[in-house]
Amino acid sequence: MTHEAAIEFDRVSFRLNGRPLLQDLDLSVMQGETLVLLGRSGSGKTTTLRLINRLLLPTEGEVRVQGVPTTQWDPIRLRRSIGYVIQDGGLFPHFTVERNIALVPRIENWPPERVRIRVRELLDTVGLNEQLASRYPAELSGGQRQRVGVARALAADPPILILDEAFGALDPITRSEMQKEFRALQQRMQKAVIFVTHDLREALLMADRIALLEDGRKIVDLPAAEFVHSQHPLARAYVEAFSGLPDPR
Amino acid sequence: MDFWHFMLTNRQQVLDLTLEHITLAGVATLLAAIVGIPLGILITRVPQLSKLVLGGANVIQTIPSLALFGFLLPAPWIGERAGRLAILALALYALLPLIRNTYAGIRSVDPAVVEAGRAMGLTDRQLLFQVELPLASGVIVAGLRIATVVSIGLATIAAAIGAGGLGEFIFRGLAMVNNQVILAGAVPAALLALAADLLLGWLERRLGSLRVRT
Repeated sequence: MTHEAAIEFDRVSFRLNGRPLLQDLDLSVMQGETLVLLGRSGSGKTTTLRLINRLLLPTEGEVRVQGVPTTQWDPIRLRRSIGYVIQDGGLFPHFTVERNIALVPRIENWPPERVRIRVRELLDTVGLNEQLASRYPAELSGGQRQRVGVARALAADPPILILDEAFGALDPITRSEMQKEFRALQQRMQKAVIFVTHDLREALLMADRIALLEDGRKIVDLPAAEFVHSQHPLARAYVEAFSGLPDPR
Repeated sequence: MDFWHFMLTNRQQVLDLTLEHITLAGVATLLAAIVGIPLGILITRVPQLSKLVLGGANVIQTIPSLALFGFLLPAPWIGERAGRLAILALALYALLPLIRNTYAGIRSVDPAVVEAGRAMGLTDRQLLFQVELPLASGVIVAGLRIATVVSIGLATIAAAIGAGGLGEFIFRGLAMVNNQVILAGAVPAALLALAADLLLGWLERRLGSLRVRT
């Protein structure tokens, strides 16, 4: 394992039509580390993710993936080395579960037999029955779709995973299951993970480190255990918003 | 002489004109699809062109069909044969539903799905052929269905410039003030349109079910 960061933001700003969406962002994620980007809608979380896989290029500064600036990466190669999970899986509705999971291996021209074995392996990894392989996404539950989404992201064994509100559409029980399973999975896989959420509970459960974004700026960046003790007003507001259950009326 | 009797005694001619009619409308629709579908794809990629292309196809639709036949008459090669001319005119009419539906079909694909595909490292070509076109295929076939039915209907007018088809009976019947002869052209033409509509409607529903699987 290298000591180099897998993902590094170096004074990155991004403006869209003159409107700043991200300002002066420094960030780094080591291999094996899970960074949670926490923040409200519009705080710049998704923009940050899109800069990593070169769906966007920085207006200023540099984003480096495996030490190479994204401007120098071939975007297609870069994206195939980053697993990407979105809310509700973002699965192709006209592909079966098997073809969805096999997406990247197939476009990378793996031999069919190897693809088939890999799909079985991944179904097992994410806790899905093999019989689901021939189903279409619409024939699955939300939790199953999300598992397929995770399997698809892991298919070509990318060193980096990014998850954008990945478990946001799930019911609380399924969600909690997925969080625990993903954490266990990450302990085995040791990927560099960036996990976007607006849920502090989820952040604390998943993160090695939490970065809090607001209006395109990073205002707190702390190990998960220290985050709850942060004195920053917004961090405290988060902690208060999520503390305990309300008293029943 | 009643309608069925006329059909029976002239069955060879009915058959010939029906085949001619199918050829006219079929070739015209095919031509329109070959031009219209790529044009529809193009304007999803270069949105600046969409107004021009859709507007142009719209303007063509507003030209009365007989006038369009007349406009094309002086064109070299095209004007030499009535069949060529009729096919071109019909193809121009069929263009709008094909361009419009291809454009609308691709634009209506769930942006999250396209974004996921792009983020997973699909190239533009892979995204188009593996994701956007399959998911838009139901809407595109709906356009093809409209184009085909319109072509079959309009092809009856092709007889006015001597391009043949079932319109021959209709114009002859009008000249003879003979309803049986008119019906000998109109009924098969209507049945053709109905058959094409049912067949493509079935295909459309089959393909459309792809996108419901979200």
